[in-house]
Amino acid sequence: MKTEIQLDARDLHLLDGGEGPAMKFAMELVHNAARVMEAGRLIDVSFAHIDACFYSGRAHLDFVNYLLDYGAKLAAPAWTNSGLVSLHDPSLRSGDDTTAREARRLMEAYEHLGCKPVWTCAPYQLPGRPAPGDQIVGSESNAVTFYNSVIGARTNKYGDFLDVAAALTGRVPDAGLHRDEARQANLVFTLDEVPESLRREDLFFHLLGHIVGAKSGSRIPAITGLPKSTSEDNLKAISAAVAASGGVALFHAVGITPEAPDLEAACQGHEPVETNPITPADLVCARKTLSSAADGPTNMVALGTPHFSFTEFRDLVTLLDGRATAANTHLLVTTSRHVCDLIRANGWLEGLEKAGTKIVVDTCSYFSPAINGLKGRVMTNSAKWAYYAPGMLDIEVTFGSLKECVETAISGETWRDPGLSDDALGQRP
Amino acid sequence: MTGTALQGRVLHAGTATGEVLLLDAPLSFWGGFDPRTGTILDQQHPQAGESIGGKILALRETRGSAGTPAAIAEAIRRGCGPLAFLMVRPDVNVVTGVKVAAHLYGQTVPVVTIPDAEFERLQDGRELEILADGIITIR
Repeated sequence: MKTEIQLDARDLHLLDGGEGPAMKFAMELVHNAARVMEAGRLIDVSFAHIDACFYSGRAHLDFVNYLLDYGAKLAAPAWTNSGLVSLHDPSLRSGDDTTAREARRLMEAYEHLGCKPVWTCAPYQLPGRPAPGDQIVGSESNAVTFYNSVIGARTNKYGDFLDVAAALTGRVPDAGLHRDEARQANLVFTLDEVPESLRREDLFFHLLGHIVGAKSGSRIPAITGLPKSTSEDNLKAISAAVAASGGVALFHAVGITPEAPDLEAACQGHEPVETNPITPADLVCARKTLSSAADGPTNMVALGTPHFSFTEFRDLVTLLDGRATAANTHLLVTTSRHVCDLIRANGWLEGLEKAGTKIVVDTCSYFSPAINGLKGRVMTNSAKWAYYAPGMLDIEVTFGSLKECVETAISGETWRDPGLSDDALGQRP
Repeated sequence: MTGTALQGRVLHAGTATGEVLLLDAPLSFWGGFDPRTGTILDQQHPQAGESIGGKILALRETRGSAGTPAAIAEAIRRGCGPLAFLMVRPDVNVVTGVKVAAHLYGQTVPVVTIPDAEFERLQDGRELEILADGIITIR
């Protein structure tokens, strides 16, 4: 059971307290993680996405204050995940005032530590993202899956505190998804039975991710048959859904993602253990699971889990087509400051706000105050949101395509696309 | 198995004596657990509503979430964390949460793993003693 872990001179210097007690503790956390994971050595990382800035209690604040008090310094560039509150909009508050105050102080503390304050769960939408093969630190589950799968960077899913410790030391255990052999697909999903036109619908990628995640657990799936037109927004939807319904931290989309030019490459030359055909009936069933409430009058439409991208805003503007939302129906979109600046610069923000759209930055909506206290029916286009929100908020959820969400926001009542009905799904070309 | 001892793998050393709370399903400490009270919140979990506070928590694995270490450290800080973790899968998140609680608050909550076959034999409600070297005695 005992593994000797190779440490370099700087690792030993940190462990000896040469850069103070906070850096010593950070190195101890990384070193101990290597022991638990039975890694033989530590490796350098070039980037970190930090989740520990998302407040869940006083321990979060005590940890970062300890680091600041003892002069801890980041060795790798670190960007922040969404926070519990929006620093941009103080009128949005979550939970009681102490929680909101401490959540804000936590976010400010990570800025003081030197993190880049991007406050987003979709940091891969911003310029300056990692390159294929880069060893990095991911934490938020959809971003871990996106980095591994779509970008081809390498990370395990690092929990709070260890994410920060790894960014401070610039080191992680050489284990798990950092290594070639752990990245091989071991089960395959085929789409031959799914009509081709359906494989291009935004709704399809959420449902596919939900099904693949639930069947894969923490294994590594390869998906064959996705169209060449599959976009990063589509891959984001899969990433978020597989990491919600399952523990998938890496998937391969054959012909699309960098480590899967073909199925053989995705499986690293091994025979897949298991092949699962996905059928239109599976998609119908997944939609029933996610759309857990009956259709009807709708209090809110929640978009942007993970954070809405520039291209998703473009689609939203097109679908809204200048129309306003119903008087009693809120349309809430969560996004990053960066993307919000882009849509402002593009002249879309004012029109969206006039149409009744509320755009929230820095945070997420299944625990956001904009939705706290709200009861009733909420529609979302996100499988991840539909999966988590009913447990977090006192609401009922319907799930639909982006177009269905937009039409529902405008009419105030669940609108269903006849082309996506249960019967139509199997009969499309 | 009264009085029998078994050797676990120590992921965080410490001693604990107390009653076992044997979880029938993996738990998500973020979202599925309230660190303010130590209560299992996840309504899908067979033991929803039970408190892990003051128990030797036996669970095969956690449902991994980035928020896990902070939720564990917070529960320990508030005095409603478990006395020890007895697991099958070595879990970096649990160990990290426990290490941070030890460092910041001086509270030791041991983490020990045992093989699945031994875990199978654990009984809910039985008294266990865990020693710093990973020896576990069923009383």
